[in-house]
Amino acid sequence: MLAYIVRRTLYAFPILIGVNILTFALFFMVNTPDQMAKVQLGDKHLDAQAVQVWKAQRGYDKPLFVNSQDNSQGLLTDTIFFNKSMRLFVFDFGRSDAGRVIGMDISERMWPSLALALPTFIVGIAVNIVISLFVVMFKATRIDTTAMVICVGLMSISAIFYILGGQYFFAKMWHWVPISGYLSGADAWRFLILPVFIGVVSGIGGGVRLYRTLFLEEANKDYVRTARAKGISETRVLFKHILPNGLIPILTSVVVVIPSLFMGSLLMESFFGIPGLGSYTLDAIQAQDFAIVRSMVFLGSVLYILGLILTDISYTLVDPRVRLS
Amino acid sequence: MLRNFLFSALLLSVLALLGCEQAWNQPYPKAQAGDKIIYSSFAERPKHLDLARSYSSDESRFIDQIYEPPLAYHYLKRPYELIPNTITQMPKVVYTDHNGLETDAKHAAYSTYYFTIKPGIYYQPHPAFAKNAQGEPLYRFASAKDSAAYQHFDDFSETDTKELTAEDYLYQVRRLGDPKLLSPVRGLLSEYIDGMNEFSQAVSQARQELEAEQGAGAWLDLRTIDFAGLEKQGKYQYSIRLKGKYPQFKYWLAFHFFGPLPVVVDQFYHQPGLASRNISINWYPVGTGAFMMTKNNPNEAIVLEKNPNYRADFYPSEGEAEDSENGLLLDAGKKLPLLDKAVYRLEKEAIPLWTKFMQGYYDRSGIGNDSFDQAIKVGGDGIHLSDEMQERGISLEKSILLATYYLGFNMLDPVIGDTGTKAERERKRKLRQAIAIAYDQQEMISIFTNGRGEEGMGPLPPGLFGYQEGQAGINQYVFDWNQGEPERKSLSVAKKLLAEAGYPNGRDAKTGKPLVLNLDSTSGGSSSIQNWMIKQFAKLNIQLNIRATDYNRFKEKMGNGNAQIFQWGWLADYPDAENFLFLLYGPNGQVKSGGSGVNASNYNNAEYNRLFDKMQLMEDSPERFNIITRMVKIMQHDAPWAAIWHPHSYVLNNAWVRNTKAHGISNTLLKFYDIDLPKRELKQQQWNKPVLWPLVVFIAVLLATLLLALWVWRSHQLKRIAGGR
Repeated sequence: MLAYIVRRTLYAFPILIGVNILTFALFFMVNTPDQMAKVQLGDKHLDAQAVQVWKAQRGYDKPLFVNSQDNSQGLLTDTIFFNKSMRLFVFDFGRSDAGRVIGMDISERMWPSLALALPTFIVGIAVNIVISLFVVMFKATRIDTTAMVICVGLMSISAIFYILGGQYFFAKMWHWVPISGYLSGADAWRFLILPVFIGVVSGIGGGVRLYRTLFLEEANKDYVRTARAKGISETRVLFKHILPNGLIPILTSVVVVIPSLFMGSLLMESFFGIPGLGSYTLDAIQAQDFAIVRSMVFLGSVLYILGLILTDISYTLVDPRVRLS
Repeated sequence: MLRNFLFSALLLSVLALLGCEQAWNQPYPKAQAGDKIIYSSFAERPKHLDLARSYSSDESRFIDQIYEPPLAYHYLKRPYELIPNTITQMPKVVYTDHNGLETDAKHAAYSTYYFTIKPGIYYQPHPAFAKNAQGEPLYRFASAKDSAAYQHFDDFSETDTKELTAEDYLYQVRRLGDPKLLSPVRGLLSEYIDGMNEFSQAVSQARQELEAEQGAGAWLDLRTIDFAGLEKQGKYQYSIRLKGKYPQFKYWLAFHFFGPLPVVVDQFYHQPGLASRNISINWYPVGTGAFMMTKNNPNEAIVLEKNPNYRADFYPSEGEAEDSENGLLLDAGKKLPLLDKAVYRLEKEAIPLWTKFMQGYYDRSGIGNDSFDQAIKVGGDGIHLSDEMQERGISLEKSILLATYYLGFNMLDPVIGDTGTKAERERKRKLRQAIAIAYDQQEMISIFTNGRGEEGMGPLPPGLFGYQEGQAGINQYVFDWNQGEPERKSLSVAKKLLAEAGYPNGRDAKTGKPLVLNLDSTSGGSSSIQNWMIKQFAKLNIQLNIRATDYNRFKEKMGNGNAQIFQWGWLADYPDAENFLFLLYGPNGQVKSGGSGVNASNYNNAEYNRLFDKMQLMEDSPERFNIITRMVKIMQHDAPWAAIWHPHSYVLNNAWVRNTKAHGISNTLLKFYDIDLPKRELKQQQWNKPVLWPLVVFIAVLLATLLLALWVWRSHQLKRIAGGR
């Protein structure tokens, strides 16, 4: 397995370089370094020398991919792409174009994101499994049909509606929780309870439908029929046989998401004023802060690749028939 | 048994929650209850808190409470009046000729401003001032490794203070000239402050040599480089020498750019390793002001606390006539600041912001378009607070912003600009005038801004010296004076002008093709506004094509002179007509200045330019007033702008907020504000009682669903068993 992990990790490098090239090309197609400088320096009393100094301070005074003025090693290395990209591979994100240390920003903003995403993720899975098991128990009955109709209804509602509705009733009308904001430490739960609740409820429709399908697939297998034929109670069939086996595809489908939990939820964080990483990238795009954009894209790619590797590993852990080679 | 346990647990939980002193939805820590704190919000994080770099209002609202420039604006008096802030009296200005001999203002080659600082002003506590037993700075690190124990600013446990001296002000002026700091006013001030250009060049050279020797980021002592225009006469006395005469310089002296920064602070922040931990002047400002920043987490909150070393500064005892009636002089003579703390929380969305204001958790709030109808009642007798707001005791603070927004023409454009032969230019002028008549700006203000603004007749907003009210001030090319009010000329006048311009009924008289004009806009505008604009041009059968583009492309087009019609705006730096009239000064043209000029229309009228050159050097006087009037008339005749409007600011204050008065220029207002704490706490409790019946219903439904599921499950199982048998 170790050889497999090493090989997959090595495969990641060309992927990440490709992602970086794409990010650079796309960003610089719409923003020149001069425009970035002007956005950062502001319109009022802008002078040309300041633009040049800004670019030089941040290394944007070099060519993008190829330095034709340098015929030796610097042809490719004395460029914006090389200087900005290579440091990312050792997780040195450098400074934002506004001057902040990006690594520190990420480490600070990661925790509120996790505080929101982790409970939503865990509680969401637990709730979805419980409800889907309940529905499976009544498969092909009116309860099953009704539950599926409700699930489709829940899926059809926009996430923003859940957020605005939740804020309106729970915070504005009934005064149960603060409508938005965040306090670190022990007070954080008061601000997280509503977004977590909304996150869980808004995920029920899709989650229950998926898990129900997975459990039903298991419920129709021969070993379940054999268990029932042996006279084992339905509860025991459900919890002893269907649940553990049905969890295998669920586990492998959620493992891929785990690393990305750090990246936060853009919508929830924006509406609830939670200072996580979700809004960090969007703010950076709006401010044309390329240093943050490329760092977050790179980090997102790394976490996604990590998620895929973890998924492969989790297969071998939960299903002894799978071997990585 | 289980049922009893569940019931008891539920009852206990509800009782525990009810027993809480704090409302459930209280968004602040309990520890803050009882402190005299004002709560506010910010939507955009401040990027720079360095007084040399910061320029936007998102930043000024914080740092202007911390840094103290030598001059300030009187809080209550209008028109805006400059007063000494940290200096004993207004700076003395001495005019000299090229030989250094004193002369009159008219023949001045140099103007020197002399300042005397009030003794006994001290900085906020800060680790940069902490000293060891030998009297040397306590925190000095030779390498990043030495400073590794100080990962966060709070790790510096020892603090001290220092007295404000002339050296601190002079050092900051040097910083303004340092190209590395990218001060937005360096270019502008270099034209006026004697020796600033030479100083900038010398600094660049010296830094290059220093960094080659000591490595990047090495601290350069700016005092070691000669700056001709600066001089220290004593511990508390200094002077700044300007080239020629620049009367508007006094306004810059009330900007934080000219606040003090001690050398020791600059040196402290330049120590190895600190910048890489975000410990910098850009993040932790140090000043002598009424407040000091004690928390800077713009992802969550920014906190300003009362500076314990703040000087003897008192609430003003004079103001406008109505200030006394409005209770703004009740605290006259009281020592400032009146608050203990100001907490600004990040709030990006309008709905939570408004809800928290209505719940009493924010003390002040603007009014978004969504909330306007809830807050404001528009009647025949004007604009008033709605009944709901009045019941809550909320007050409305209205003011006209010192700002001008306009729909401009690019005067270099071949279709609509000031180009071609004399006859062609005249025809194009008539085309612009026709559009100016047809484009009903007042309607736009009514529909899209809920009437929060007024149509302008010229570049100057009301309240500035040079602004003319009434019939004398109207744009006679667009309006007639009718029954004491300006009345827009009829469309027939506009159509006649259009025909004279060579476009009868909106078609080219020669080719018969319809006249199509292009408006370049950033993509932010809503389609309803754009449709409305198209309709305004359609009144004359002109087809308006709106070219939505991103901000960078838009700026590029403006810089290259490729835009045709556009929307633009200007917020005043200082309350002087020059700061608006320069928006049409020829040499400031965007294209002429390579994209950096403020004259977005590229308007260039020789007579206007000549008058501007004369006016900008004059102090306010009847002669200056006449020149300004003449300039505005020229502009109205040439019509480089189709429509002008000056926005109004509406701010709501909860009943417990005191001493607030809008100020169009200054941001140093926090020290005057006060809070009636018991009233706030009472209202917060009244307005935020939790509504419990939905909770009971919710729990009941949940329990009922569970019991029903259990019952159905058992029935199902029994049925299966019965079926099996």
